[in-house]
Amino acid sequence: MIPSIPQPRFYKGLYAGYIALFFIYLSAPLIVVGVFAFNDSLFPSMPWEGGTLKWFFGSDGPYIGIFNDGKLLESVGVSAFVAFWVTLLSVTVGTCNAFLFERAQFPGKNLLYVVALSPLVIPGVILGISILVFSNAIANGIEEAIGWDIDFLRPGLFLVIIGQFAFITTITTLVISARLRKFDISLEEAALNLGATRQAALWTVTIPFLKPALIGAGIVAFLMSFENFNTTLMLVGSDAPLTIAMFDRLKQGSTPVLNALSLLLMVVSGGLALLSVFVQRDRNST
Amino acid sequence: MTNPASSGTGGAVRFGALLLAMPLLLWLFLLVILPHVDLLLVSLRERISYGKYEFSLINYTEFFVEPLYWNTYIRTAVMSIMATALTLLIGFPVSYYIAKVMRGKGKNVLFLLCLIPFWVSELVRTFGWMILLRESGVISNFLQWAGIADGPVEMLYNDATIMVGLVYTSMLFMVVPLVSVLDSLDDSLIEAGYDLGGNAFTVTRDIVIPHAMPGIASGCIVVFMLTLGNYLTPNLLGGKDSLWFTEQIYTQFITRFNWESGSAFGFLLLVLSSMIVWIGLKLSRQTLSETVS
Repeated sequence: MIPSIPQPRFYKGLYAGYIALFFIYLSAPLIVVGVFAFNDSLFPSMPWEGGTLKWFFGSDGPYIGIFNDGKLLESVGVSAFVAFWVTLLSVTVGTCNAFLFERAQFPGKNLLYVVALSPLVIPGVILGISILVFSNAIANGIEEAIGWDIDFLRPGLFLVIIGQFAFITTITTLVISARLRKFDISLEEAALNLGATRQAALWTVTIPFLKPALIGAGIVAFLMSFENFNTTLMLVGSDAPLTIAMFDRLKQGSTPVLNALSLLLMVVSGGLALLSVFVQRDRNST
Repeated sequence: MTNPASSGTGGAVRFGALLLAMPLLLWLFLLVILPHVDLLLVSLRERISYGKYEFSLINYTEFFVEPLYWNTYIRTAVMSIMATALTLLIGFPVSYYIAKVMRGKGKNVLFLLCLIPFWVSELVRTFGWMILLRESGVISNFLQWAGIADGPVEMLYNDATIMVGLVYTSMLFMVVPLVSVLDSLDDSLIEAGYDLGGNAFTVTRDIVIPHAMPGIASGCIVVFMLTLGNYLTPNLLGGKDSLWFTEQIYTQFITRFNWESGSAFGFLLLVLSSMIVWIGLKLSRQTLSETVS
């Protein structure tokens, strides 16, 4: 059970074997996705036809590599655009929320806090359709009242950004609040005693303290937005973000160009994930 | 009479707090509360003619009259509960191993290894399973090579495959809360259990599991909710017969353009999900705020 309690070697071995099997289960799908990016075949499946880099750099015939696949590259751009705005908005609003919930006292605070957490327990598809229905109602109302067709309230990138922002803000709020809770308020008071204005104290003492959480929350928000599927699916218009574009290709059956793209995504998001872990860990120990 | 200076700063602080509250209120009202109220209202109306609607319960009665709809609903709920239970069963020993058996650096490395796959998009992970399980896939070829199967084996498009994918996708949300709750269990309690004559089974039942209950509850709640609302995994691994309720919602909204009925379905799924979350919280005597922090 624990190292200090002697156990028969057979059970120890059995347990370690189970853990090994578990990690094979975890890694197998990711490894095959990566490996088949180098298969010289038109389909991401067996048999193995020898290694190639065509699915990265190829430009002729059916062998179009990811760096020459205009449509996929475009959708990467769309996703990055969406993720940028979602990150900016959700970290800003999350910071305001964190200060509000940690510092201010006001009636109805607990109720508001529960409502602020609720996006975590609303399935993404439902969040998507409710925002779709509501924005459509507003757009129709405006059109009937004054005859303007407000284009950005119809399915499209604006709604995708708004929809992702709606639940990612809960996560940034939680991450930043957790850090703000650890802040020793006497540091801020000391700055005020030494003659700093409220703003100066905020910008030179509190915000630098929050920086790891802000960066961490930003990375998480960016990745969650980039990889979101459920909410995006219901709100997407003609510009498809990456997940939607890949989903369509997968349904049709695709060449291993998707493997090459997935491999690149894994490397980038794995790197960002490690970065966020280290940014938050180093500062915590000081 | 109040001191003018202090009431001045008090007013400024109150004004500042109000300004700080604006984004929160806008976010919650415009993007969370009002859309869901509107969703309920839309689900309670019937389209009479172009642009004319009347209050009606027809979208809900339709759901109960058409067996396909509520069968899919029940099926989604049952499979989600099964997936949650399986995730717990598979994830618990792993979490225990990471929290209690491993020591030092190896522990952190193993924990990180558990997390990394989940930073990769769900789409990529599901794609991986498709490559492994399809007729011309890795496992099918391996079975033929090993002489276990005579011809290609199609392992996609059935319920067991959907389950494998769902458990895989949910694992992180079970392992993280379990590891953190098991980490807080003092080794001496387990040792005391053994000293008092317990064995692995009784110590697990009477000490480890009661201690881990909050983690089990929050893990199960999150996994259940994510599974219920999943669209990708059942759709890609289950194919045409996956019969997942989110697909019904998608069909009503996007394919049939019947928003009234789609809203009713969405609302029913939301009720189911909230109800199970609420029951889970009540049973484990927790609140939502405790579960997420």
